[in-house]
Amino acid sequence: MMSQMMTISDAAAERVKLLMSKRDKPAAGIRIGVRTAGCSGLQYTIEYAEARNEFDEIVEDKGVTILVDPKAAMFLLGTEMDFVDEKMKSGFVFKNPNEKGKCGCGESFHV
Amino acid sequence: MLLQIHEPGQTPMPHAGDNLAVGIDLGTTNSLVAISRDGKPEVLRDPRGRSLIPSIIAYKTDGAVAVGDDARLVLLDEPERVISSIKRLMGRGTDDVKRLAGSLPHELAPGRSGEMVKLVIGDRVVSPVEVSAEILRELRHRGEGALGQSVTRAVVTVPAYFDDAARTATKDAARLAGLEVLRLVNEPTAAALAYGLDKGAEGTFAVYDLGGGTFDVSILRLEKGVFQVLATGGDAALGGDDFDHAIAEHFLAQSPGAAPSAAEVKRALFSARLAKECLSTQDSGEWWIERDGRRSAHPLDRATLDRLLGPLVERTIAICGEVLHDARLAVEDLAGVVLVGGSTRVPLVQRRVAEFFARPPLSDIDPDEVVALGAALQAEALTRGSDTLLLDVTPLSLGIETLGGLVEKIIPRNTAIPVAKAQEFTTYQDGQDAMVVHVVQGEREMVDQNRSLARFTLAGIPPMTAGAARVRVEFAVDADGLLTVSAREQTTGREQRVEVRPTYGLPPEDMERMLRESMKHARDDLARRLLTEARVEGERALLALEGALRKDSQLLSAPERSTIETAVARLRRSVQGEDRDDIMQAITALDGACQDFAQRRMDHGVASALKGLTIDRVERDMAGGRG
Repeated sequence: MMSQMMTISDAAAERVKLLMSKRDKPAAGIRIGVRTAGCSGLQYTIEYAEARNEFDEIVEDKGVTILVDPKAAMFLLGTEMDFVDEKMKSGFVFKNPNEKGKCGCGESFHV
Repeated sequence: MLLQIHEPGQTPMPHAGDNLAVGIDLGTTNSLVAISRDGKPEVLRDPRGRSLIPSIIAYKTDGAVAVGDDARLVLLDEPERVISSIKRLMGRGTDDVKRLAGSLPHELAPGRSGEMVKLVIGDRVVSPVEVSAEILRELRHRGEGALGQSVTRAVVTVPAYFDDAARTATKDAARLAGLEVLRLVNEPTAAALAYGLDKGAEGTFAVYDLGGGTFDVSILRLEKGVFQVLATGGDAALGGDDFDHAIAEHFLAQSPGAAPSAAEVKRALFSARLAKECLSTQDSGEWWIERDGRRSAHPLDRATLDRLLGPLVERTIAICGEVLHDARLAVEDLAGVVLVGGSTRVPLVQRRVAEFFARPPLSDIDPDEVVALGAALQAEALTRGSDTLLLDVTPLSLGIETLGGLVEKIIPRNTAIPVAKAQEFTTYQDGQDAMVVHVVQGEREMVDQNRSLARFTLAGIPPMTAGAARVRVEFAVDADGLLTVSAREQTTGREQRVEVRPTYGLPPEDMERMLRESMKHARDDLARRLLTEARVEGERALLALEGALRKDSQLLSAPERSTIETAVARLRRSVQGEDRDDIMQAITALDGACQDFAQRRMDHGVASALKGLTIDRVERDMAGGRG
């Protein structure tokens, strides 16, 4: 099997499955994208995917289907998606070996 | 930053929060607010569809404040409570407007020299900042009404010639109105942005801005995505109102009688304005005026209108010529001309501009709205992370005073901002423990011919020989063109800084005059600078020698001392005079007379007091600065 272009941690996989089961519409998976915005260039986006697109890179890991936007693939190679549950807030983070810097608020990054 | 999963297409933009940022054109006659979404800017209107808010404020007797059309109503009954054209006073000090006092429609509050001017309206005293804040607050409310959400951030446009004080005043006004200013943008630059000129090829553009009461023309150069203002010019008292007056006079002259009453003039002006607007699209028409209770009809056609307005339009064209000349450009060097301001709708204006610049001007965006639309685009770019990074330039050079009243320019004029530049200065006297940093703005070589912005003292410099201390002076101009100056003594790390917020500003005509004079006097200035430098050098030499003599005069024989004293006397005389060569010769002579003395002092092991003349020079050349 080809090595996965990105991976997902156990905590993140559990969380995604939970969120997808609570969603009122069925989803084909989650779509990870990258867009140019924020003060440091790029920003990750995570959205529910209604359907697979022709050019999506598909990653199946720990029972979760991740659709990687083809434009984002080159930025995400080797990235692990993790879930953080802190006292005050929780959410997903990307551990991206390609990242060369983040902006102060962490909303955006550059490679 | 923790991310959440969003519904498709619903991922919020970073840093956007709930706040959109609007673009505001805070005009002399009219103001407006616009928003841009996905690169498409639009002007925000009130429920009645009006986009322009007249820049008029009324402070009513009951304490209420009316803005715009509501204020205009007050004008009929209580004209003394209504303020218009407040923009002309932004950032002006009491000294600046003293000479205007008689011609201003408002009573000025007595203020100390150097303070910002204030107006007396009934029992209230208001500053131009407060008055402008009322307009900005009205614009904010209009934006909130149209967008259905709170508006707290804006890009505000200012004339290219606005100085530091006027820009600061504009920012303060916005803050008072509850708006955070993301950036101040030059009006011609905003107009250029609205036409997307920043996306095109590099080139030089003229922006012709004829508003209700003011005319401005600016030459912009787009280079590597940066707009530089190469030159500006204009007439602060020429605009569409003058067109109305010319037409009204024509009507009144056609129905002879006693001098018309104020009401009759008002009525005639109203008809004149209608005629002007109609004849922008039609070829002829007929308008009514009242005279001695009788109404009379006055036909007017396009040709007559052009004849009436001709002299006024020609004045703007002449100014365009001057500004091009200032920028050392010919019409062929321009890549385009942009029309701004409602009065550019007049066909004669469009025709003459096209003829003068030898090309049809860009005029398809509503000339009343184009500046606000450009500001909105910039606001979107700043909040939504676009590629358009707009830079502006410093309008005048910034520097500090050095010995002899000379100016050392630290940031030259037309430097792209934001920018920070530093230079090292040193002490002038032995044991000098403080240094005065005097910040000046302008192009001339001498301090007294430039404008003083701020002055502060860096104290606590450890006692050292002259020239040994190293004081780093840094000038930082932020993206809004506001200046912070800091001075730091390198050995102790002691630092002083000021944010330059001058209490009053430079009127545009003074700015223009200063620029002109700097060109006119370039040669004289240089001569004077050289003379002053020679004097400073002479005085340094005398001072250094004095110190050396005080310590080590025992090293000299009586004849040697008298030789030196003769040379000293000669130099003292020379520095009083106007002859630079004479001073330089006297310095050389004194240098020669002291050579042995300096050598002997060295030999004497007084290296710690390295102050022989020649050595002093070497040292200073190495330090490279004066202070």
